[in-house]
Amino acid sequence: MDAGTPIASHLDRTADAGHVVVNIGPSHPATHGTIRIVAELDGETVKRADVHCGYLHRGFEKEAEHHTYHKLIPYVDRLNYCSALNNGFAYAEAVERLLGIEITRRCVVLRTLLCEYNRIADHMTCVAASVMEMGAMTAFLYLMTVRDYIFEHLNHLTGARLTYSYVRIGGLARDLPDGWLTRLEEILVFAERYLERIHGLVDRNRIFIDRMRDVAVMTPGHALNWGFTGPTLRSTGLAVDLRKDAPYLAYPELDFEVPVGIKGDNYDRYYVRMCEIDESISMVRQCVQLLGDGPVSVDDPRVTLPDKDLVYTQIEALVHHFKLVSEGIVVPPGEIYVSHEGPNGELGFYLVSDGTSRPYKLHVRSPSFVHMGGMHTLLEGYQVADVVPTFGSMNMVGGECDR
Amino acid sequence: MTGRAPLTCEAIERELGSLVERSWQSFGMPVLELRADDLLPLVTALRDRFDFVLFLDVTAVDYPQRSPRFDLVYQLYSHRHNQRIRLKAGVPAERPVAPTLVGLYGSARYMEREVHEMYGIAFAGNEDLRPILLYEGFVGHPLRKDYPIEREQPMVPYRAG
Repeated sequence: MDAGTPIASHLDRTADAGHVVVNIGPSHPATHGTIRIVAELDGETVKRADVHCGYLHRGFEKEAEHHTYHKLIPYVDRLNYCSALNNGFAYAEAVERLLGIEITRRCVVLRTLLCEYNRIADHMTCVAASVMEMGAMTAFLYLMTVRDYIFEHLNHLTGARLTYSYVRIGGLARDLPDGWLTRLEEILVFAERYLERIHGLVDRNRIFIDRMRDVAVMTPGHALNWGFTGPTLRSTGLAVDLRKDAPYLAYPELDFEVPVGIKGDNYDRYYVRMCEIDESISMVRQCVQLLGDGPVSVDDPRVTLPDKDLVYTQIEALVHHFKLVSEGIVVPPGEIYVSHEGPNGELGFYLVSDGTSRPYKLHVRSPSFVHMGGMHTLLEGYQVADVVPTFGSMNMVGGECDR
Repeated sequence: MTGRAPLTCEAIERELGSLVERSWQSFGMPVLELRADDLLPLVTALRDRFDFVLFLDVTAVDYPQRSPRFDLVYQLYSHRHNQRIRLKAGVPAERPVAPTLVGLYGSARYMEREVHEMYGIAFAGNEDLRPILLYEGFVGHPLRKDYPIEREQPMVPYRAG
């Protein structure tokens, strides 16, 4: 076996003699995320493409079967590391529903707020990277500035910039620190001002339109056939959004629109994401209004760790803490599929419990992986220079795709 | 939309009951258990008559002590009816083969490749079953319960020392 090629491409054998086969990635400055695209070119046109992923595979699902439910939280964060909170909340809901736990009102609202807040950061990452690859360095730096404010702000809350380990089964690790909501509003205002500038710089920019409009076009039927969900599916005009169709957390109480595109091209995917950021900002503000007092974690000794003060002073609390950490939470037997609207599409967790403290099976339905399965259909027939913007508009995240 | 059967679980059972062995509700989602041989006609009917046009997911679960050893688990979604459904089909260890669904859904292609490399279940008719997250030459199927978690198969040998 040639150590340089983990998987041989069929294009090496079947390409037309007059065509050139080029390899892009897996480590290429323009493929933000380790992915390899083998393309058969006729001049500048991509005739066929073969997309290879798996370069970031860490065996998440195998690890999941050997860890307790709480110890999995840091692993779950590392799926989509641009919006780790969304992953954690979907995973926690799967476990909580199997346990029959109802989380507190404050936790519901706070999780919703953080989901939308993290979605803003994720969409900004995607848009920033895509425009940067087309030379829009200013727009990139503007968006990265806002994103960095958000990450620093989440750092204040959770203690980490990207992989937060903030969710707990039955609640959250800690409540908001003082002044967090004040800073939140400052950042939202700042974000709105900068988003306005992005719209001004990019939306009607001739170069941007020429590169994005009518590139990688698809119909709703095509998107459904290839399993596309999230902004990618909505860019074709279908308003399919789990936050509306199967509302979870506090979404039934929020007032928001589902932005859709008109023809499912790269421009629509850019624009749908930009509109979703606006909706998310509005939803974060609504959540701040809904946020009442109360505990963030349920008072259920099966899942919730006792207060640290008590652990240090009372033997019962110490034993309780020890049992929860070393043995873990015992989840009743059963199976469940929970899906949330992740920033990239439907993020699903299929969990099978056999009644022990470790999952019998935990499968992640990751939108990025499914999107990569249909990516070649969006590359074929377009120019080789379109590969990078099209790939960027799908927002593949390596950690989520390869698990 | 006219002329389509209204979507209830009873309607699915009434029309396709002969293909379903058992059915129940799991946390609000209907689950149909069926023989792997009936997958193709059942899913075709679900797609064409009940609008389950979004093939969300396929994975497997390994029960080493049980016969059949594997369960294939499918998740389908109909955005028109806003309805989800889960299908479960047993696959025996002696003959780990199931019919492919790539003829019905493009998205099945990648996901079946993953199930194939992780569980060693082949999908008859899927012509592209190359490894996808692993690499060519990888020995065994890592998500089977009898594959030890400590086993290492580095593609590039570790440096000594």
